[in-house]
Amino acid sequence: MEILTLAAKIGAYALMTGVLLFALGVVALRNLFHSALCLAAALIGIAGLYLFFRADFLAAVQILLYVGAVMTVIIFAIMLTEHLSGKTTIQHNRQSLPAFLGIAALVTVIAKVILQTPWPVTQKALGAHTSVEGIGTALMTVYVFPFEVISVVLIAALIGAVIIAKRENPS
Amino acid sequence: MIFDPVFIRLKALFLDLCARFFPEWVVMLASIVISAVVILVMGPVIMMYLTLLERKLLGRIQNRYGPNRVGIWGLLQPVADGIKMFIKEDIVPAHADKIIHLLAPVVTVVPSLMVFLVVPFGNGMTAVNLNIGILYFVAISSITTIPIFMGSWASRNKFSVLGGMRAAAQMISYEAPMTLAIVPVIMASQTLATATIVESQGGGFGMNWFIFTPWGLLGFIIYFFCAIAECNRPPFDLPEAESELIAGFHTEYSGMKFALFYMAEYMNAFTLSAIAVTLFLGGWQGPFLPSWIWFFGKTFLLVCVMIWFRGTFLRFRVDHLMGFAWKFLLPLSLINILIAGLWFLTPAIAAWALTAGLVVASFFVFVKLNKTFVPEKRTYVLAD
Repeated sequence: MEILTLAAKIGAYALMTGVLLFALGVVALRNLFHSALCLAAALIGIAGLYLFFRADFLAAVQILLYVGAVMTVIIFAIMLTEHLSGKTTIQHNRQSLPAFLGIAALVTVIAKVILQTPWPVTQKALGAHTSVEGIGTALMTVYVFPFEVISVVLIAALIGAVIIAKRENPS
Repeated sequence: MIFDPVFIRLKALFLDLCARFFPEWVVMLASIVISAVVILVMGPVIMMYLTLLERKLLGRIQNRYGPNRVGIWGLLQPVADGIKMFIKEDIVPAHADKIIHLLAPVVTVVPSLMVFLVVPFGNGMTAVNLNIGILYFVAISSITTIPIFMGSWASRNKFSVLGGMRAAAQMISYEAPMTLAIVPVIMASQTLATATIVESQGGGFGMNWFIFTPWGLLGFIIYFFCAIAECNRPPFDLPEAESELIAGFHTEYSGMKFALFYMAEYMNAFTLSAIAVTLFLGGWQGPFLPSWIWFFGKTFLLVCVMIWFRGTFLRFRVDHLMGFAWKFLLPLSLINILIAGLWFLTPAIAAWALTAGLVVASFFVFVKLNKTFVPEKRTYVLAD
């Protein structure tokens, strides 16, 4: 048993390293298509981490929405813009130093918040398994108002997209 | 039923044998490895014989014999094809992106094999009984566009890129009605786990299948059309339309790399049929025969229907293809969810009459609304 736990631990750390490497590839690679593929790989890796932490519903939704939908649209856009897909682009410019400072500040703030939050580490919380039923019941009872608001926003976006696409050129 | 749990007994026997000689963790690993090996072997073998079945059936449809030279009834034809693929020259275009060109066919097989994990092949024969089984299937099959993009982009070929674009547009469009067609089944069985969905279709000699309800029939038809479109088979084979795009996204692939694309396509055809059987045709449920015979029988029946479609129907036009998904299947699948809701709220006989009427009415309304504009027949009078 101990060997299996150890293997799982090593696997999780390897997965995290992989995600970080791919994330680095997204911002460092010179070819936009390669960057997009790295982003897809990083997102799949994050889904793997969710799976490791026993949030399997979240993992499936992560793959369905981010890899299946968002990444497909991104790659579609890259392939449609002919002059972007073949050439190499340099991903940094003169503003990289201020950007780095800003990101460093953001990371510090997030790290501080994470460290200061009293996470309730109880035996019950550790053994908890987020089930689909639980999420469904919560969405339909406690969180029904935000759920409905999101539905309305999505419908508005859908109708807006149709109207933009339907607009006819007078020429 | 003696033959029903025969595969489960075999696995248990082997694990018992392991437990006598090895520590507990080896047995756990062995249990995983056995399932994995069975699936990894079964996928390619099924693909090999699906190609033979397809060629034989297409041959019969076109009034000829099909392959019959290698082995009895051409049974060794897939092996000969495999050897041919291995010894073919591997051609990579000069300006191709070498790494991605190599990765695309390898990556494309992974999602098709991963779907096998949640398919219930028989009573208690699901490799991993995930409690989000159907969601897992939907999520995995949504990745399949990315390797096609990789292959088409890395080839640096106009026909490849056109084929890739068509594949992506088609797969995104047909994913929506397919997922919505699954929703009534989830409502009826109150679960996302594939094994439990099959169990909820038991009762009445194991013939209480969802397809025998009005919403189930409509859902099955929508799902099946979308499934054929998802695995790019005729009449939805626009991404590789030979007469327009040479071979679409795999124009620049040869040898084993091409075979991998081919393999993914056939394994997708099998798993999509298997999921259709699980959701609507009662999975392994059925009277008298062992459960796995029922499952494979129904699945191969659906595969044969796919081949029959290929031999019968003409290829869609691009705008017709998109219109069919967005203007016909999508609204019909949304209405189907509503009909399924009515089915559960109204008492038995009233429910039958009401939902059956609604299904037929909505079907004809959408057929009427989708009627394409046909200009009047023109007659040209030749000048004297």
